[in-house]
Amino acid sequence: MRKPALGAILWGLIPFAGACFSVGLWDRIEPRVLGLPFSYFWLISWLFLTPLCLWRAYRIEAKRDPKPGDAA
Amino acid sequence: MSASTVALTIIFSIVIVGTAIGFYAGTRHKMDLEQWTTGGRGFGVLLVWLLMAGEMYTAFTFLGVSGWAYSRGGPALYIMGYQPLGFLVSFFILPPVWGWARKHRMQTQADFFRVRYGSKYLAALVALLGIICIIPYLQLQLTGLGIIVEVASFGGIGRTSAMLCAFTLVAAFVFFSGVRGVAWVSVLKDILLLFAAVFVGIALPYLYFGGIGPMFTAVIQAHPGHLIMPGTTKNLGHSWYITSVLLTAFGFFMWPQNFGASFSAKSADTVRRNAVVMPLYSITMPLMLFVGLTALMVLPGMSNGDLSLLTLVRKTFSPWFLGFVGGAGALTAMVPSAILILTAATLFAKNICRGVFAPNMTDRGVALLAKMMVLVVTAAAVFSAIHSSMSLVGLGLLGYAGVTQFFPGVVLGLFSRRVTTPGVFAGLVTGFAVTASLMLRHRDPFHGISAGFLAVCLNFAVTVGVSYCTPVEPYRLDETPALAQPAKGAYAH
Repeated sequence: MRKPALGAILWGLIPFAGACFSVGLWDRIEPRVLGLPFSYFWLISWLFLTPLCLWRAYRIEAKRDPKPGDAA
Repeated sequence: MSASTVALTIIFSIVIVGTAIGFYAGTRHKMDLEQWTTGGRGFGVLLVWLLMAGEMYTAFTFLGVSGWAYSRGGPALYIMGYQPLGFLVSFFILPPVWGWARKHRMQTQADFFRVRYGSKYLAALVALLGIICIIPYLQLQLTGLGIIVEVASFGGIGRTSAMLCAFTLVAAFVFFSGVRGVAWVSVLKDILLLFAAVFVGIALPYLYFGGIGPMFTAVIQAHPGHLIMPGTTKNLGHSWYITSVLLTAFGFFMWPQNFGASFSAKSADTVRRNAVVMPLYSITMPLMLFVGLTALMVLPGMSNGDLSLLTLVRKTFSPWFLGFVGGAGALTAMVPSAILILTAATLFAKNICRGVFAPNMTDRGVALLAKMMVLVVTAAAVFSAIHSSMSLVGLGLLGYAGVTQFFPGVVLGLFSRRVTTPGVFAGLVTGFAVTASLMLRHRDPFHGISAGFLAVCLNFAVTVGVSYCTPVEPYRLDETPALAQPAKGAYAH
């Protein structure tokens, strides 16, 4: 049993804060960005920001992977 | 040729090509149980990605999303919110699941519960509840297929006959191809779907309003409250958004078929890298929302929002293009249907029938029984599709509320040594009982909170509470797997 690294979990919490818990802050039409209502712009941004956060989490987790040949 | 003949011919041709790819890919490998369900555990990033995309981009995505943007407005944003977060959760959960699945040669989600909690009865319960949740999700796909044929035939073919047609095709497809065939048909399906989504999502707002920005301006002027929550609904506000996003993000990989898709990967790293890139694929979601909103302005007053995308395409473009979009949509419903049926059939044969009633059944017997079950499961979904009138997103949410109840058992099973079998049993039963009683009495959302979310919180509390009141159990995933015939009572109570 191996739990995920704390750093990876922290990177994982960022998209939850951005796209879920903060809904009261961004569920609005103004300011319009690129013609989109603000809420649309915000959530579309998180489609790209989530992979970035996960990429950072990946770098942390991949380092901890057992090397081939190590005992399982 | 009439417009409906053109459209239906093109849809049918696309479906035939897709089915042929599935047969071809499926027949090149010897189809034992392991191949049929996990593709031999040799899939790289590309095939796993295709398989997962194949499972996740369904009739829900294609018709349901635009349907909700049309009929509900603001609350439809939850779909864009939860998808990236669902993959995020998978990043943390699937790699260890993959490791244990490989070590213990698990083929289904219920196998995970059997090995971790050492109870064939818990495994059978998980399998049974999984199948119950799969039925509405499968119903969603078949309803989607029915809608496509209905709109493309300009109402000439009724939805019931269309769904019976879909039933035959899907069942035949699963029968012959197995999981590998399904993954390869996803290639065609995803190319067509991406093209269709990008094209209609951009072209429709341009044709009618001169751009996406002007389309939004028109919607804001005509329907001032439509784009923010709760939209046209009374009770789908911010607390509903947060709890529904949490429910669906945690439930995403609790679907037996999604949980099982990771088994086909060849390494834990494949699973993890796949989770990093998957959120990008959700870029089709906003496009579908744009289509629903365009339809709101161009075709106001439709009683069923789920028809909005196709009806707008039919109104705007020539019949061959309707055929193309319909064909892409048909594959988008058929591929996930095939995976759902395959998963439900295997769960029944392996974890319920062999697991509890016939422990001496051979793998070959299980595979044969699973293939029989393909027909039973599909028939059940067709039957309930014909007799139900829920919206596509409504059906999806019903299934999600159910499958998320597996989350406490999975996550505590992976990361806690204190959780016990009675704890998980009690939590699971509580979670499902609360979900069923609230949902069936139409109490969802319950005081502005998603009923499924409430149920999963209670489930968690009961699981933890009962676990602390019962004696510590070993962390069975660490045990050496019994190599010969794991089902012969090796993990029984």
